[in-house]
Amino acid sequence: MIQPAILHTAYALAHAPDFVRYGSKPTRELPANPGLLEEMTAALRPWDEVVAYPPNQVFIGNLSPDELAATPRPWYEHLVPDASPIGPWGRIVTQAALYGLMKLCDDFDLLTITEAVAAEAREELTRFEHRRDRITGVPPEDLAALIGKHDGLTLYHRGEVAGFLRTAHEQDPSLDAHVLFENLACKATAVLAVNDAFDGGPIGPEDVDYLLNTGEEAVGDRYQRGGGSLSKAVGEVVGCLNATGSDIKAFCSAPVHAIISASAMVASGLHKYVVVLGGGSQAKMGMKFRAHLRNGVPVMEDCLASMAFVVGPDDGTGMRVRLDVTGKHPIGAGSSAQHVYQALVVEPLERAGMTMTDVDRYAVEMHNPEITEPGDSGDVPKTNYRTLAAMAVLRGEIERDQMDEFSATHGMPGFSPTQGHIPAGVPFLGHALAAMRRGEMDNAMIVAKGSLFLGRMTQLVDGVSFLVEAPSEPS
Amino acid sequence: MDLKGKRIVAIGEREGINGPSLKLLAESAGATVVFSVTQCFV
Repeated sequence: MIQPAILHTAYALAHAPDFVRYGSKPTRELPANPGLLEEMTAALRPWDEVVAYPPNQVFIGNLSPDELAATPRPWYEHLVPDASPIGPWGRIVTQAALYGLMKLCDDFDLLTITEAVAAEAREELTRFEHRRDRITGVPPEDLAALIGKHDGLTLYHRGEVAGFLRTAHEQDPSLDAHVLFENLACKATAVLAVNDAFDGGPIGPEDVDYLLNTGEEAVGDRYQRGGGSLSKAVGEVVGCLNATGSDIKAFCSAPVHAIISASAMVASGLHKYVVVLGGGSQAKMGMKFRAHLRNGVPVMEDCLASMAFVVGPDDGTGMRVRLDVTGKHPIGAGSSAQHVYQALVVEPLERAGMTMTDVDRYAVEMHNPEITEPGDSGDVPKTNYRTLAAMAVLRGEIERDQMDEFSATHGMPGFSPTQGHIPAGVPFLGHALAAMRRGEMDNAMIVAKGSLFLGRMTQLVDGVSFLVEAPSEPS
Repeated sequence: MDLKGKRIVAIGEREGINGPSLKLLAESAGATVVFSVTQCFV
């Protein structure tokens, strides 16, 4: 068997304050409440604060999870001085750059932006030379005429009308402008992360054999809603000319399913290099904005997040994926927290003759608690680490009074935007790879859960996990 | 709280106690669960 490894990681955040109004929750609530848009807009953060926000700095690698744990709350009041939007394995881009990405991803001329936004986008968005000529705009009066003539979604930049995305088929709800907006935003942000995954990585785009998209957007038309794929669409833009691909749909657990599948493809020799990717979830923007306003905190669901992972044969530089230490939550298992973690953590470790304390770090649902707590959803990572610690007590691995220490040393604070599939364990892979390359970490377990019940087809929950280990040889 | 004979709507949470578990608990206490669901609030 070829030993598979995660060879490179890339993450991106696209600050998109004018997209928040079109998140699912704001779309439903703003029209019914005059004045609420103004109130929400006033609570959105400016670019500098988004860049300097400690969890965002962790997401792109400039700050470690341990440094975040040592940062006083609220984090939005303890910004990182002289913060950079560029990190060692991630970056934050502006809304103008995002519009530029969406334009160069728009193969059906659905999106129109103004000349001014296009000029700003071209200035902010480097690379993508082969498609930069697509980042064009129209005069404001032409945009106004377009908006008056067609069905679609009016788009904004700095609060002003700046674009329009037209409905592709007036009788097809799957090709409605709002749906296409979500899909195009997902594709564009995925393109950014995948493109960055080749920067400083071991392979170029033409080396990729297979792409596995894990985003949650339902791509397709009225006859096959959600049946489509973004993998090849993304690969086309970044120049993966020798790759094909497909999408894995499993709600939040899709990225972990995909990394296991990618590793199996590499291990079997079916494909040499597989890229696992996921674009941002526009529908989730502003999901908890009412709770944020009620509590007087900034509306923090203001970024689209994306990621990409290069999986290939272990070359001594990446993290080895232990396919013999993967967990799955079977249909027949119970769905209590204890049942889930028994299946995802304890059983695979037992099979490998390992204990829970043998794992240096667990990466669970990495939702930023500062976003979830105002909505009374609690500190999700903390709850998960508490469950793991309790199970370690039940197994006799630690004493009851060591639970907090277990959570602190084997866990970490949540730092991921609440972007659906993005937070489920995988935001830690960049930090894990860097720590292992520095010789500071031996292994980590990545654990994801998926809310299958949301689609009303089953009451089941899902979950998968895998263990990564330090490079076989120090790089 | 005595749930015997009561009609219950059980709304569970993925990171807490899920809907099917709440349903079992309520039924074991003598209640009739008219609707149960699990939600994901994150």
